Amino acid sequence: MLGGALTLLVVASALLSLLWTPWSPYEIDIASKLRPPSSSHWLGTDSFGRDIVSLLLAGARSTIMVGVIAVSIGLTFGVTLGLIASARRGWTEEIIMRFSDFTFAFPAVLSAIMLAAVAGPGMVTSIIAIGIFQIPTLTRLTRGSANAIWAREFVLAARAAGKGRFRITIEHVLPNVLSILIVQATIQFALAILAEAALSYLGLGTQPPQPSWGRMLNDAQTLLFQSPMLAVYPGAAIAIAVLGLNLLGDGLRDLLDPRLARER
Amino acid sequence: MSVFVLRRLLTLLATLVGASLIIFLVLDALPGNAAQMLMGADASADAVRALTVKLGLDQPLAVRYLQWIKGLLVGDLGNSYVYGTPVASLIAERLMLTIPLAIMAMTITVTLALAAGIYTAANHNKLGDVGVMSLTQVGIALPNFWFAILLVLLFSVRLQWLSAGGFAGWEDGIWPGIKSLLLPAISLAVVQAAILARVTRSAVLEVLREDFVRTARAKGLGKREVLWSHVLRNAMIPVMTVMGLQFANLLAGTIVIENVFYLPGLGRLIFQSIANRDLIVVRNCVMLLAAMVVIVNFAVDVLYAFIDPRIKVHDL
Repeated sequence: MLGGALTLLVVASALLSLLWTPWSPYEIDIASKLRPPSSSHWLGTDSFGRDIVSLLLAGARSTIMVGVIAVSIGLTFGVTLGLIASARRGWTEEIIMRFSDFTFAFPAVLSAIMLAAVAGPGMVTSIIAIGIFQIPTLTRLTRGSANAIWAREFVLAARAAGKGRFRITIEHVLPNVLSILIVQATIQFALAILAEAALSYLGLGTQPPQPSWGRMLNDAQTLLFQSPMLAVYPGAAIAIAVLGLNLLGDGLRDLLDPRLARER
Repeated sequence: MSVFVLRRLLTLLATLVGASLIIFLVLDALPGNAAQMLMGADASADAVRALTVKLGLDQPLAVRYLQWIKGLLVGDLGNSYVYGTPVASLIAERLMLTIPLAIMAMTITVTLALAAGIYTAANHNKLGDVGVMSLTQVGIALPNFWFAILLVLLFSVRLQWLSAGGFAGWEDGIWPGIKSLLLPAISLAVVQAAILARVTRSAVLEVLREDFVRTARAKGLGKREVLWSHVLRNAMIPVMTVMGLQFANLLAGTIVIENVFYLPGLGRLIFQSIANRDLIVVRNCVMLLAAMVVIVNFAVDVLYAFIDPRIKVHDL
């Protein structure tokens, strides 16, 4: 419940920022820099005089966009590879699984660093890096759960009825692993948000003037002694988004897989 | 046992070779010409060509790759494009900070996580369990660099107990160095500990349901004795797997955290090198980090086999 509400809050902020923000998140107004909270600027302004509330709302948009695309990349490749590994077994499985083990050696920050070193930093770089980092987890999970489905009797029945591996995968295996994947995708989304924040904090992700929470934290850090609260808001926004998605994932798991819920 | 270790060792080598290939191809083949990148877009063609030859970049790709690998094996990583000093000594200098930081962070992580995990499992569904588990839920959601900034706000800006950044070095004894790594290590550890505590709790709870635990209790052993002598050892396998995976996160985390605290470690070196287009330094640093991750996970796998003799070759 709480998870759903927090997630909704973040998504609503992102959608709202498309239509309306109290001030423009891009407009620089040096004259009114570092204002304390007031009735016109609810949470004050940053060192460029930009309205914090507007930046936070627009930041939600960047975060969600990077998260959605990165998780989609992870799901597309991860699920496909996992299903193939499970359907074909043998060498194919071995190669896919070794490859996914191998990708574990490159945390998102590391691949982002390599990509940024050659292609320059930016939103696309961070999306690709985070997407790659999502693949092995999803491959392993899909393959593990799909293997369990392949061992079930209804799959045996389908094979006896003459269905091929591809048809069984699409008609029987995929629908049965879907609920686990939905739960994991929620958690992966949370991880993607954390990675995006870290990358844009480091200057490897979303570039200015595009507002992003990680970037805001980086700006705020130089002003810790003057305006400490500037460093609090964006971090709290990240934490709320991640906490919301994690709780939502837990809730969905209880909902979709009642057996697990009882065991906890 | 030895067959198992040998097989894992071969996979380890294959992974390292694969990683080195990818790193080399991404960093050296894609960007076109490192010399051009170093000198900027408006450098003259002659100057770029001269630098290309000087850096050995005119050699074929395969030759350069093999030279790099040969260098890796004997510890000669070449010279920095920018500073002209050996990359190996640049990295070694920075590791004097990053390795102690990683060790401190891992120690704090494991201590916090085992304490919290065992406590909550022993008090399953009681108030303490619910409280600590809610805390870990929040801990997982915290970006470590934000937590680091909050620690700086509290301990450096407000209380002024510790400095907000920088590294005191090891010259004046161990204490000043440890003191300047304390906040970074804590900020790295807390988030990781939250995850590990949850894993520890569910692993211990799982083992507590086993028949042999009931038998041990039935033969008259106290709860405490059963927990320490029977349960923990059996619960360690999943905990160690996650610890191994967390080490990778920890290394990635140090890159971020070093930037928060302005610590001259490996992470800062990588960033300066990206800014300076010093690709040879980036390449070796990334290789080192990837190798550490792979080797730690190898060590964890081998360690399992010692902890749990049931694990055989075909299980992994």
